[in-house]
Amino acid sequence: MSILEINHISKIYPNGVKALDDVSLSIDKGEFVSIIGLSGAGKSTLLRSINKMIEVTEGEIFFEGKDVVAAKGKELRMIRRDMGMIFQSFNLVKRSKVITNVLAGRISYHPAWKTFLGLYPEADKQIAYKALDRVNILEKAYSRADELSGGQMQRVAIARSLAQEPKLLLADEPVASLDPLTTIQVMDDLRRINRELGITTLVNLHHVDLALKYSNRVIGLQAGKLVYDGPASEVTDEILEQIYGRALLSSEILGDVDEN
Amino acid sequence: MKTKDWDLSSPLPEKPSEIKRILTIVIFFILIFSAGRFTGFSIGSLIRNSGEAKDIISRMFFPPDFAYTKRLINPMIETIQISLVGTILGSIVSIPFAVLSARNFIKTKWINGFFRNLLNLFRTIPALVFAAMFTSVFGFGSFAGMLALLIFTIGLVAKLSYEAIEGIDPGPVEALTASGAGNMSILRYAIIPQVLPQYMSFVLYSFEINIRASAVLGYVGAGGIAEYYDRTLSFLKYDRAGTIVLLSFVVILVIDLISSYIREKLV
Repeated sequence: MSILEINHISKIYPNGVKALDDVSLSIDKGEFVSIIGLSGAGKSTLLRSINKMIEVTEGEIFFEGKDVVAAKGKELRMIRRDMGMIFQSFNLVKRSKVITNVLAGRISYHPAWKTFLGLYPEADKQIAYKALDRVNILEKAYSRADELSGGQMQRVAIARSLAQEPKLLLADEPVASLDPLTTIQVMDDLRRINRELGITTLVNLHHVDLALKYSNRVIGLQAGKLVYDGPASEVTDEILEQIYGRALLSSEILGDVDEN
Repeated sequence: MKTKDWDLSSPLPEKPSEIKRILTIVIFFILIFSAGRFTGFSIGSLIRNSGEAKDIISRMFFPPDFAYTKRLINPMIETIQISLVGTILGSIVSIPFAVLSARNFIKTKWINGFFRNLLNLFRTIPALVFAAMFTSVFGFGSFAGMLALLIFTIGLVAKLSYEAIEGIDPGPVEALTASGAGNMSILRYAIIPQVLPQYMSFVLYSFEINIRASAVLGYVGAGGIAEYYDRTLSFLKYDRAGTIVLLSFVVILVIDLISSYIREKLV
């Protein structure tokens, strides 16, 4: 059953750059999909169109049957509440405690005045603790976010989006600023969440081999156009050449991620 | 180690013209000279009257009338109270002003512009002028002085704070927006935690300025210790005026030291 339907979306930025060019996709519930392509191919624009952080110029997006493109105000906020988002730069409030950052994921469930006073129900705190536990970082709950390493910060960011209890997880280059070892930990976390909680996951990735290893489906973008959409197992060198415009050099592949 | 002789491979580029430098120096001196003429500054007068200045200073401070300090305690406390209340209330009112002026939070240009211009106005008019205005509306006394400092504090703290808000890391705002949070929640959880220490530092800074300003508010009848300058000087009690100057100096210095110490710890 599909959770997300994207029909012929295009995005032209005010400076004339065409970031997305007639892209159509359908994502099924529970899938783990990677989006690959060069920098500037439109990966980020595609992901941000889905929660309307970027408004598309043309086309339709339906999330669980709800019209994302037309949604505004409270309706849009309710749609966004069902989508967690993870960023390359983690986007935590560094001066705040880890638990405060995670509880921020619960904000959209309550009236503004209640959260403004910091009045989260006990049940929310339990959700936040469980989310931290799920990414193995519960012991840092009362540390300040800026005391953590990059990998730990990204796990806190994942916990924050888990606290949202989302149906869809959008991860925009979640490992681009992490070292190879923490990259694998974070990718493992994402896969585990996808499998255990059944949260549909869309990940933008720089590294082809990560995409092939972790996802069951790969979407390739080239200059805003969708050039590949199919199983990870069927991605050939020719397809990669089409996505990247040339053959990949061995240095562009992360390396032995399969050991261990 | 000796450097080897080096032949320049190409002729030196043309030296930049000196005219600009010379012109700057000439204009600088013309400005100073004409400003001096305009304000009637004269070194001769400074020298001729130095005897009188020496006389007044010696009457004020050698020795000051220390016994008079007792009478000054209450007006000094009033001075501190005026600046404390003015700073605190002004800082609270600054928050909405800062939020409405910040372009990255309120995206409506005319709202930002309106509040920014208001803040400019608050800073352009000196606190003493506000104090004089308010005494004619609310009568003489510390309320007028407090109100004047309140306005000045808004002008300063709100200005510095909206600049701090515009300088925050936009990441958390993006993350909360993406999670479906509304504007008030974004303000509370993504913006305020990032600017709070800076805001506290601005509040203390304006307190330091206000305590100095409040030491002269009494001149226009807006409460505090400066009323006593008039009382003592009009009776030619220079030694008592000297005591006021010394006491104000010590109190301002101590408050300044404490406040800047805390500010250093904050950021």
